[in-house]
Amino acid sequence: MTSAALDAAHQATASHAPRDWRTSLRPVIFVALAAAVFGVFVLELAIGAVNIPVGDVIAFLFGGTTEVPAWATILRELRLPRAFTAVMGGAALGAAGLQLQTLFRNPLAGPWALGITAGAQFGVALVVATGSVVGSNLLADLAFVSDLGIVVGAFLGAGAVTAAIAAVSRRVSTITLLVLGLMLGFFAQGMVSVVLHFTTETQGRVFASWNDGSFAGVQWTDFPVLVPFVVIGLVAALATVKPLNALLLGERYAATLGVPVERARMIALVGSVVLAAPVTAYCGPVLFIGLIVPHLARGIMNTSDHRVLMPAAILMGALLGLSADLVVHLPWERHFLHLNAVNALIGAPVVIAVVLRNRQMRTLAV
Amino acid sequence: MLTIENLDIGYRSGRATTVVASGIDEELHEGELVCLLGPNGAGKSTLMRTVAGMQEPLGGRVLIDGEDIHAMAARDRAKRLAVVLTERVDGGLLTSHALVGLGRYPHTNWSGRLTEADHDVVSACIARVGAEELEHRYVGDLSDGERQRIMMARALAQEPRMMILDEITAYLDLPRRVETMRLLRRLARDTRQAILISTHDLDLALRAADRVWLLPKGGHLRTGAPEDLVLDGSFEAAFASEGVDFDPERGAFQVHRTTAGVVELEGDGLVRHWTARALEREGLGVWDGEGERPGIRIAITGPSDDAGGGWDLHVGEDVTRHSSIHALAARIRSRTGGT
Repeated sequence: MTSAALDAAHQATASHAPRDWRTSLRPVIFVALAAAVFGVFVLELAIGAVNIPVGDVIAFLFGGTTEVPAWATILRELRLPRAFTAVMGGAALGAAGLQLQTLFRNPLAGPWALGITAGAQFGVALVVATGSVVGSNLLADLAFVSDLGIVVGAFLGAGAVTAAIAAVSRRVSTITLLVLGLMLGFFAQGMVSVVLHFTTETQGRVFASWNDGSFAGVQWTDFPVLVPFVVIGLVAALATVKPLNALLLGERYAATLGVPVERARMIALVGSVVLAAPVTAYCGPVLFIGLIVPHLARGIMNTSDHRVLMPAAILMGALLGLSADLVVHLPWERHFLHLNAVNALIGAPVVIAVVLRNRQMRTLAV
Repeated sequence: MLTIENLDIGYRSGRATTVVASGIDEELHEGELVCLLGPNGAGKSTLMRTVAGMQEPLGGRVLIDGEDIHAMAARDRAKRLAVVLTERVDGGLLTSHALVGLGRYPHTNWSGRLTEADHDVVSACIARVGAEELEHRYVGDLSDGERQRIMMARALAQEPRMMILDEITAYLDLPRRVETMRLLRRLARDTRQAILISTHDLDLALRAADRVWLLPKGGHLRTGAPEDLVLDGSFEAAFASEGVDFDPERGAFQVHRTTAGVVELEGDGLVRHWTARALEREGLGVWDGEGERPGIRIAITGPSDDAGGGWDLHVGEDVTRHSSIHALAARIRSRTGGT
């Protein structure tokens, strides 16, 4: 009797307490996330084939000079654009993943599941196979990913898949839409194989190295295209937290609450492409981040409220992007790990841990 | 408050138009609880969705305070009309308070931030449905009944003029259903909202509703106090084609038809009532004292837990005593089974 009462009392406090301290802890978590992003950002700049002291990196970031002048050149020309790309890429994919998971009410949704990634792959494969731009001189150039043809190909491919999905999105349910996205994705991947069949070995290698995915190789000259897309996409994501929250109840309920559902759906769809397509174009298909980040954000913040989740997903995406690239970036002799391999190795166990630890998330509810 | 004018409901798919019901003229008043009843397939859901503004009518209008709800901006409609649907809401990592807070959607700014006043409304609505102890729990942890109450609180938080609730008792057990109907009656009285619910729960609807909208197949909506509709035979007519009989005396469906004849039943009170029920299950009616005396007589000799008490079954000269209704029914079954 007494022990049962104690048990009940314990359960009552257990179900109330987490909300109280977690809610009041949120600002602290945000500050910690931002600090972690900055910290890994500095490490990303400091570590590499040439190690640069953290003090010099920080001095450089705040407009100072480095002890060895060559370090400043390395930082400015190689590491800074790469680190910024990792921040933007991670943040963009994280935000896009969160939008898509809520829109499709599916914890496995992400840029990959919608076929956006595969569309971009198909576009790039076509460009590589048909473009006269591709030659051995390009292959020698490590910065081949910045080649405009590949970027345009990726954009067009991702855009075509999205346009097809958006065109039918008014007439079918979100579940149907998700199936369509997956099927279009598989179809595009099949087409990629077909196209690659007709390419030369050199062309195949160009495609393969883009297809590996990497934050390296993006240069300052690419930023005027990349940055506006990511900024616009992130602003749109932050501006639509209210309809996203209502969509947690499902589209029918959202409509009765006054959400213009079709418009909200279109904004989330187009918004996630605006975020994912340019990143894929410049960095290749970066997998897992879009899928993992929303789960990590929910796990840390313990809420489905997008007013908290969206900024958390953006920070978390930046942090994961930087961290994964840092691992890739570590001086591994000649052999280096691929970004997607690192993403999978870091991401999968963390998501498994988060999902199993959290009672609500064990049901995989979005 | 809500006026339905010459409404035709149904759906269009391609060029084909399916009319479910037509020419509906009806009103809903402040503080009124109305139950929509009718056999499956008569178009209850279509009518609910059309009245809720979720589906376009084929013709006619639905007005709330004189304004056409189908021409209204979604946000304005949400301020006047709240809907609770049958579908199960997951709620994920939202507390009840946060979920009910979504009901403030039409009243909040672009980010959906709740002001102190909004938080007060949310807590008051949760208290109104008697769910204070659920307020800070995660929706994912709630039972179906608890969740249903939270969804009702969310509808209240919209501060609407009327609420529409579709089959909300569907997943609930009997005590929860009774509780829900009681709550709805109280809400209608206290908030002066008009409340329209659809339900399969005939018995509860007849007891709780101020008015019943009865939609039979073929689509001529009949309305009135539940008792009026029972007395004028509308219920019997509406459900006649469904293969079940509506018993106007009890206001419920008759599960069994008394086709195997009648028996004489001696005894009174609760025991008599439940004995008659058991006989009904065996297809036997109780002789009403008129006409020819039936050949079977059952005499209740006392409550079954008394020593010697039980049911004496007289068939001609043959008398058997049974200590429970179960045994009595088994005996009757074995006799009538052969006929």
